[in-house]
Amino acid sequence: MAAEPAILSVQGVARSFGGIQAVDDCTFDVAPGRITGLIGPNGAGKTTVFNLITGFLGANHGSIRLQGREILGLAPHRVERLGVVRTFQHLRLWSKMSVIENVLLGCATAAGENVFGLFLRAGAVRVEERRAQDRAMEVLQFFGLDARANEFAEDLAYPEQKLLSMARIFATDAPVMLLDEPTSGLDSESLGRIVPMVRRLVDHGKTVLLIEHNMELISELADQVVFLHQGRVLASGPPAEITRDPALTEIYFGV
Amino acid sequence: MTAYLAHFLVMVAIYSILALSLNLLIGYSGIFSLAHAAIYGIGAYSSALAALKLGLGFWGGMVVAASVGAFASALVAIPSLRVAGDYYVVASFGLQVVVLAIFMNWTDLTNGHAGLPGIPRPSLFGWVIDEPYKYVFLAAGFAVATWAICWRLTNSAFGRVLQAIRDDEIAAQAMGKNVVLVKIVIACISSALGAMAGSLYAHYITYINPSSFSLHESIFIATLVILGGSERLSGPIVGAFLLLAIPELLKFMAIPDTIAAPMRQIIYGALLIVFMLVRPEGILGRARHGR
Repeated sequence: MAAEPAILSVQGVARSFGGIQAVDDCTFDVAPGRITGLIGPNGAGKTTVFNLITGFLGANHGSIRLQGREILGLAPHRVERLGVVRTFQHLRLWSKMSVIENVLLGCATAAGENVFGLFLRAGAVRVEERRAQDRAMEVLQFFGLDARANEFAEDLAYPEQKLLSMARIFATDAPVMLLDEPTSGLDSESLGRIVPMVRRLVDHGKTVLLIEHNMELISELADQVVFLHQGRVLASGPPAEITRDPALTEIYFGV
Repeated sequence: MTAYLAHFLVMVAIYSILALSLNLLIGYSGIFSLAHAAIYGIGAYSSALAALKLGLGFWGGMVVAASVGAFASALVAIPSLRVAGDYYVVASFGLQVVVLAIFMNWTDLTNGHAGLPGIPRPSLFGWVIDEPYKYVFLAAGFAVATWAICWRLTNSAFGRVLQAIRDDEIAAQAMGKNVVLVKIVIACISSALGAMAGSLYAHYITYINPSSFSLHESIFIATLVILGGSERLSGPIVGAFLLLAIPELLKFMAIPDTIAAPMRQIIYGALLIVFMLVRPEGILGRARHGR
């Protein structure tokens, strides 16, 4: 499996907050077309790693490469345009906007988002907007949310809000999707809806890096697991290997 | 009587442009500005000076006004909108104070308190727009154009991005939106339109002085937006109409001038408080259902 070149490569990344070393010499690869799970106990630095990759935080040192191109230090919107999108643990949906508008914001509408395009290229804007509407509906169908397209995002049930947070980044066409705890706060019935959905993302050519808390779910969800502890990568490998390692489970469960 | 009504309508049109353009910031972008009267003043002064000193006339003056207004706004917006949060309120307050000080103290250019008289009337294909009733058409035309521009900006992919930024800036960034650039662009557009209202005013009244562009005026324009309803495009127009009508109605009551002026302030203040309590979303309320 070492033969497969990484689509996203994190090398020796470090970030401290005051005296706390949140991420320290963190190194791991994300294989294309796979689901990589980032696990570790609370405070291991998982979300910090997400923030570093997506440009919301700067690193003290290290390198993060997307298809060989350095992305560390770029602004979040530039990282997104290069092909890395993310969800948030607290979703951050545009709650006062409709479900379809949330997804439309992920669709390609460059002419209509440009003030000059808006007034000088009305025809192109109209065509683009119609395409975006079609694409957004398609994405909503894919996530089973098409019936709720015109409702406010805040009026969706929590599992549907989680699906919407995935749908709007799926719409962007960015190849790498970072999912921050896609299964947290869900009951078993909703899990049955979300877990296969994550699988289907990969079937559609996406690469997924996700943060997961549930050690039982990780085997079901991920092809590859990176175990983070105190900002360092303690181990990585197939989930069966990681979850069976007594040293790691001890750290994880604190027994 | 027609002249009186025409004057009222011209002022409603000018204040509608001011309120519509300010609402691009307050309502659609969630950026509160206290400098809109300064921008209005920049438009009035630069248009007047372009006409008086460079002989550019009304149309050239309006182009100068819009450019200078957008530029002044960019000067403040570029540093302050880079930082998330409410810094722009403070920065815009600073702009308001500085600009007013320039109007009052750069006497070689602005003539200080004495102001600038003799600003030429606009003309269109040789037809001089001198009577108030003629000016109604000009001002209303600009108000409609402003409304159309605002409609296009807010009912489009660009408008969606604005709303996304207003509701959750971090999410907008994560979705690839250049939040800082969009905010600077909308601040410049808002100011260019506000400055055009200043140009309309200067060439209508033909005389300007700093007192028309004070902080009070900024607050008054913000009041039009908030009372009219910032969630709808037409809200600010309703606000402008009503708040300009109140002092006119007071004139018909047997109230001496010395009481009427403070009465106006009291009525505005009371209205604001009442609205914040019973109808915080303004007269027209939300464009769509919601909480």
